[in-house]
Amino acid sequence: MKKLLLPVLLLCFSGKLLAQDDLMKMLDDESKKEKKKDYTTATFKTSRLINGHSIENAAPGVLDLKISHRFGMVNKGSYELFGLDQATMRIGLDYGISKRLMIGIGRSTFQKQYDAFGKFKILRQSSGGRGSSPVSISAVSTIMLKTLKWDDPKIQNYYTSRISYAHQLIIARKFSEGLSLQIMPSFVHFNLAQNLTDPNDIFALGAGGRIKLSKRLSFNAEYYHVLPISPVAGKNYMLPGTHNSLAVGFDIETGGHVFQLHFTNSTGMTERSFITETTGDFFKGDIHFGFNVSRVFTISNKSKSRLKKR
Amino acid sequence: MKKTVFLFAAAFSITAAHAQNMQMTKTGKISFYSRAKSIDKVEADNNEVLSMLNPQNGELAFSVLIKGFHFESALMEEHFNENYLESSKYPKSTFKGKITNLSTINFTKDGVYPATVDGELTIHGVTQKVSAPGSVTVKGGKIAASAKLQVKLKDYNISIPSLVADKISEDIDVTVDCKYEPKS
Repeated sequence: MKKLLLPVLLLCFSGKLLAQDDLMKMLDDESKKEKKKDYTTATFKTSRLINGHSIENAAPGVLDLKISHRFGMVNKGSYELFGLDQATMRIGLDYGISKRLMIGIGRSTFQKQYDAFGKFKILRQSSGGRGSSPVSISAVSTIMLKTLKWDDPKIQNYYTSRISYAHQLIIARKFSEGLSLQIMPSFVHFNLAQNLTDPNDIFALGAGGRIKLSKRLSFNAEYYHVLPISPVAGKNYMLPGTHNSLAVGFDIETGGHVFQLHFTNSTGMTERSFITETTGDFFKGDIHFGFNVSRVFTISNKSKSRLKKR
Repeated sequence: MKKTVFLFAAAFSITAAHAQNMQMTKTGKISFYSRAKSIDKVEADNNEVLSMLNPQNGELAFSVLIKGFHFESALMEEHFNENYLESSKYPKSTFKGKITNLSTINFTKDGVYPATVDGELTIHGVTQKVSAPGSVTVKGGKIAASAKLQVKLKDYNISIPSLVADKISEDIDVTVDCKYEPKS
């Protein structure tokens, strides 16, 4: 009988004992019980690193108006006001369809190009919970249409000759608040090569990243290296007279805008143009000053549904 | 043997008679709203608030994940996490306090009881003493609590850059709403 008393007493007091535990500690234990996956956000400030795509997408229901400008080359001297007298530009619209899918269109003055792309987040960097990933991976496919007048209108020209494609994989990791890096294996295909020795298919590997200097300012760099791979014998692996694309710059965020100011040797702002058609040599001063302005508009309340489940 | 059964039964009935068991919720709601002359509404909801209430001594605690606050504008949400609350550095906001007028609240009788809560609120890594008026509602044995308070951003080292100073008010209205269940 006496042996029984102890458990009974314990039962009686269990309620009380519980109550005397530190409430905060109990909350902590509760929150640890169901560890949720924590998805990494804001690896970069906007969906472009400088010339090319970053791992970021426009949020669902958000329209992102992008105006990009590249002035002339700074080594043109004071007669051209160090390039400010010339400019090429691209105006584009991006739209987030879902938390994973984004589409966009654009028009560049460079080669009078139209472009359209789809970008899909395959994997999102996350921590905690089951199946967390150390990196984010996205795939981007772009189709570009060059609409300059035909070089030789007398011969038979095919419309499809104007088209080129670029496919990229973006693998990114936000290492810390201050440091994010990504690599971008890329492939550009031209339906028509200009010369007999010009490649139709060009392979490149891009790398880039950012270092945050303050909450609203970051330093970015982006480099695309054309790889010496030519699938067809007797063809060059890169276009004649071109260089690898290098860009360095700053992201400045002010409320609804992101301003990107940078220096790059690339003139064009579509994948085919900066990866394969960069004619400037960065280290000889063929550098363009340029900027991208991004302004987002929330046009659909998809974001509300985003609130429920991420 | 019969005695044992009886004793156990008695023991259980005693615990049950503590109808004032620890109360808990994982789906409490906290919303905030910034009064400012701006077209953009600065408001957000968090429906995953973890809270516990001990009706025996009036102790109350909250734990809120900053990333759990959702805005209508995705960009605003990003800036909230990145620039203002710095959620990767300070992922949680907590409150620990006590109902000061516990004697006037009868947790076993249906009714709406005004309540005042005193305690310590931690936001953005800064802890401040706060006191908030609210109410406790008892209905069919279920306990709910709500409160309204004003949070001054300055008190918690959250700075608003002058560029957006007219869009975000220094004082944020916070609403808390929790429906508790007895903790099993």
